[in-house]
Amino acid sequence: MKQNLYNYILGIADNSLMLGQRLGELTGHGPSLETDIACTNISLDLFGQVRSYFQYAAKIAGDERTEDDIAMLRKERDYKNVLLVEQPNTNFAYTLGRQFLFDVYHLAFLKELQKSADLTLSAIANKCIKEVSYHERFSSDWVKRLGDGTEESKAKMQEAINDLWTYTDELFHQTEADKAMVEEGIGVDVTKLKEAYYKNVSDLLLESILEVPESKYFQKGGKQGIHTEHLGYLLSDLQYMQRTYPNMEW
Amino acid sequence: MNKVKDIQHSSKSSSPLGKLEGASEINVSLIPILEKVSDPEIPVLSIMDMGVVRSAVIENNIVKVQITPTYSGCPAMDVIGDDIKAALKKAGYESEIDLILHPAWTTDWITPRGRKALEDYGIAAPLNAEADKDVLLNGKRLVKCTNCGSTNTRLVSQFGSTACKAQFQCDDCQEPFDYFKCLK
Repeated sequence: MKQNLYNYILGIADNSLMLGQRLGELTGHGPSLETDIACTNISLDLFGQVRSYFQYAAKIAGDERTEDDIAMLRKERDYKNVLLVEQPNTNFAYTLGRQFLFDVYHLAFLKELQKSADLTLSAIANKCIKEVSYHERFSSDWVKRLGDGTEESKAKMQEAINDLWTYTDELFHQTEADKAMVEEGIGVDVTKLKEAYYKNVSDLLLESILEVPESKYFQKGGKQGIHTEHLGYLLSDLQYMQRTYPNMEW
Repeated sequence: MNKVKDIQHSSKSSSPLGKLEGASEINVSLIPILEKVSDPEIPVLSIMDMGVVRSAVIENNIVKVQITPTYSGCPAMDVIGDDIKAALKKAGYESEIDLILHPAWTTDWITPRGRKALEDYGIAAPLNAEADKDVLLNGKRLVKCTNCGSTNTRLVSQFGSTACKAQFQCDDCQEPFDYFKCLK
């Protein structure tokens, strides 16, 4: 089994899985019908993408594992998503701030992944990028609306960006699997995306009349499986049915 | 192998390579069967007019069909796969369905007949990429109301009843309707 490729795919897919789960939590709880539907539609896109990745990972694993096992039956430390995507829906500004900070990265990442020497990954990226462009438009639009909105919305948006900022640097950390895959022309060198990312994010924040956080203190660990306390709670929701009724289907 | 028909409808393939990749082989004898299978979310639209069938050939008495999802998470894909199998079975064929991701589906593959079916059903057909951006991001009024035909329409939500649609409302007749977003 190609262990590095397998780990690499899981690293990408876990980000979409956790973000999709967070957005899915808003089903029936969005601040308005339209935003509720938007967030859950984005969640659906992300889960669809996750399926493509996990189906491919299961094929590489070549054993009994299915896409569902990979999604549902790992332990907390075996999930390699970045800390940013597991952060809770504290309020709508956090939900949108988290989405925006991830979407800008996600879009840039997929643009590069399209060039992957691995044809399946390249095809998945090519498919996802069209969907993620819509996500990025949606979240950017809302950051602008809230930032350049009322005093209250602006304060909330700024607070969310300030708090979530600490999780952005991790997006550009390379894992061992990353390095191996970059060498083979399969993976994306995320370190090269960093400069453009902070420029794009900063430009949009300034356009939204928000301040770009100056903090240089960043959290990391998700890519190594060391998560914030939030992931355990998220997983207990995500995995509940499979843990309680193993192999259940409907 | 029987005669094949090219169902590549895109008149604006970006590159010769794109055109080559987008071309699909459909065995003509299968077309009437596949045309009867519709999108479960939009029953008036056949999967052929939707452009999701990328190839359908008969090999050793087994029909091999390749379909491509409109959106990654589209829940209709599993149903479409099952429906194709059932339709072919009824016509006396065993079949294998393959889900392919490349080349990625684009709204350019919806046929003119498909666009008309959408409009008749109350879903505005996708505009070109630039106009699409203008209506979704810049508040331009270009989408034609499916009820009264006015373009005095506005975006209510970038995401509608499904991921592929946005929600609009007509300011002349007040009718709310879905707009099928351009995907390229």
